[in-house]
Amino acid sequence: MTRYIVWAVSWLFILLVLVTPPAMVLTEALKDGLAASVATLSDPDAQAAIWLTLKVTCVAVTLNTIFGILAAWVLVKFRFPGRQFLQVLVELPLSISPVVSGLVWLLLFGAQGWFGPLLEQWNIHIAFAVPGIILATLFVTLPYVVRTVMPVMEVQGRDAEEAAVLAGAGFWQILWHVTLPGVRGALLSGVLLTTARALGEFGAVSVVSGHIPGETETMPLHIENLYNGYQSVAAFTMAALLALMAMSAVLLRSAPDWIARLQEKKA
Amino acid sequence: MSIEVCNLVRLAPGTQQRLLDDVSLTIPKGAFVALVGPSGAGKTTLLRAIAGLDNCNSGSVLLDERPMTSVKDRAGRMGFVFQNYALFPHMTVARNIAFGLDVLPRSERPARAYIAQRVEELLELMQLQGMGGKHPAKLSGGQRQRVALARALATGPRVLLLDEPFGALDPIVRRSIRAWLRDLHDRLGLTTILVTHDQEEALEVADRIVVMQSGRIVQDATPLELDEQPATNFVMEFLGEAVSFAGEVRHGRMVLDDALVLPFIVPDGVTDGPAVAMIRPYEIAIQKPTSEQDVLSIYAAPRGTRNGYRHYTLQIGERIIPFYRPVDEDDVQVQGVALDISRSRLFRQGLLCG
Repeated sequence: MTRYIVWAVSWLFILLVLVTPPAMVLTEALKDGLAASVATLSDPDAQAAIWLTLKVTCVAVTLNTIFGILAAWVLVKFRFPGRQFLQVLVELPLSISPVVSGLVWLLLFGAQGWFGPLLEQWNIHIAFAVPGIILATLFVTLPYVVRTVMPVMEVQGRDAEEAAVLAGAGFWQILWHVTLPGVRGALLSGVLLTTARALGEFGAVSVVSGHIPGETETMPLHIENLYNGYQSVAAFTMAALLALMAMSAVLLRSAPDWIARLQEKKA
Repeated sequence: MSIEVCNLVRLAPGTQQRLLDDVSLTIPKGAFVALVGPSGAGKTTLLRAIAGLDNCNSGSVLLDERPMTSVKDRAGRMGFVFQNYALFPHMTVARNIAFGLDVLPRSERPARAYIAQRVEELLELMQLQGMGGKHPAKLSGGQRQRVALARALATGPRVLLLDEPFGALDPIVRRSIRAWLRDLHDRLGLTTILVTHDQEEALEVADRIVVMQSGRIVQDATPLELDEQPATNFVMEFLGEAVSFAGEVRHGRMVLDDALVLPFIVPDGVTDGPAVAMIRPYEIAIQKPTSEQDVLSIYAAPRGTRNGYRHYTLQIGERIIPFYRPVDEDDVQVQGVALDISRSRLFRQGLLCG
């Protein structure tokens, strides 16, 4: 009996907290019909926001994947002074409010910031420009690849890599042929989590972007803008699109499981 | 290839504890050497140092008289088989074996057809025909073992290093793969170093046995020398069951503290003083007592038959001593006898003295 109650409560809770919001977003978006909803996406500012989000996500995911793999590798395979500290540092973005991290970038690169005036002379703009948005997104999404890959690497151990060293493989060959194939599931997971997080980042980006429509507005910022301007159909359409992108990224995480299950059925 | 290890010292990272304590070892071309010793003796540490996997604090390793400074110097010239095989799980058996050839720089890499042919050769050598397309997870322990060997041999190394390679195999497979390995060593003309904690395995396959204890080499000898002249009481005990009797050497005779054990003549050169006689249970003999012995105080209890020997335990006062007799001899009558341990080795302060 207890089992059924727990089952019912869990489902109810999940429905209420997790399923209702996206469902509501979708209903609101389609309030005036699909055509009206799709039409809002043809607005140039909306398209600029979608492109910017995709661009920023691509850069952040690529850089954080490369850094994440190397950081996880160093943290797992070597014992060096300051290792514990680096490990804590990697998790910092998870504990710090994104708004704070956004402010830090402003402090560094803003017009009144430490490096801002200097960079201004060289005509390099970071705050209130795309590079700032990328930096803020990088910071916020840094931990995901490292944290998902590390435990798997830990289990993997050093033996296979040492065997590869003795067979004459170089650093990159080992990374590419031995280490990475062993952690590919976790890596995919980390990359998709990073993607989902990068697509939706609001706080940090909001601080550094300056909200210039058509230039420095990402999808989440554009949604806020539309909503505040009472354009609810446009706002919810954009929100639905964003949610769909993030959710498909997360759903893809289980793709390897499905493939494995299919292969098992065949065999 | 000959291997020379000179004054190797390795400290445990961040401490002063010596994992390898000034180890020197010369292994001639074509030798099959077993490194044995209890856990923590430094066997695997020494093997890894020879392979260049760990850096040492001082000392050097020479291969054919050429110093090996990094693992790169050894690449392709030393095959290493790990305790848990360390196969690449996502690669097929064939790709695993070909790995050492696949990673060669383009200018040195053999043609694809050659690599495929080499893999086939090795599969055949390892009795793994037709397994090339499988993944390691689908193989049995013994098969994985052989894939690991094939991978280690793919680049044609002259030296083979094996770290407890049979540890995870069941006893029957173990025995057959041992003999097969020895045969492979002879056929390919390799120089092989095997790490094992199983002294029987070592005695069975190796020409030379290096006994290690606490990061040092205690003795480096042939199995026969090791048995006849173990350098220390530890070596004596490590190589098989041994019984020790305390006593004293007086005027060329070893007189045991226990009256039921007969005195015996010691070799020339053994000075007078306390000593310990150690003997294997099958080397103990029994003799008719001389008048002074208490004929009632030895009891023999049968403990079954193994490897052609009847096992007994003898109770002498408080002590219980193992004692073996060949099965074709008559059942032992130990009532009214004394022990003859004249085949003992004598130790003084743990070192062999006669």
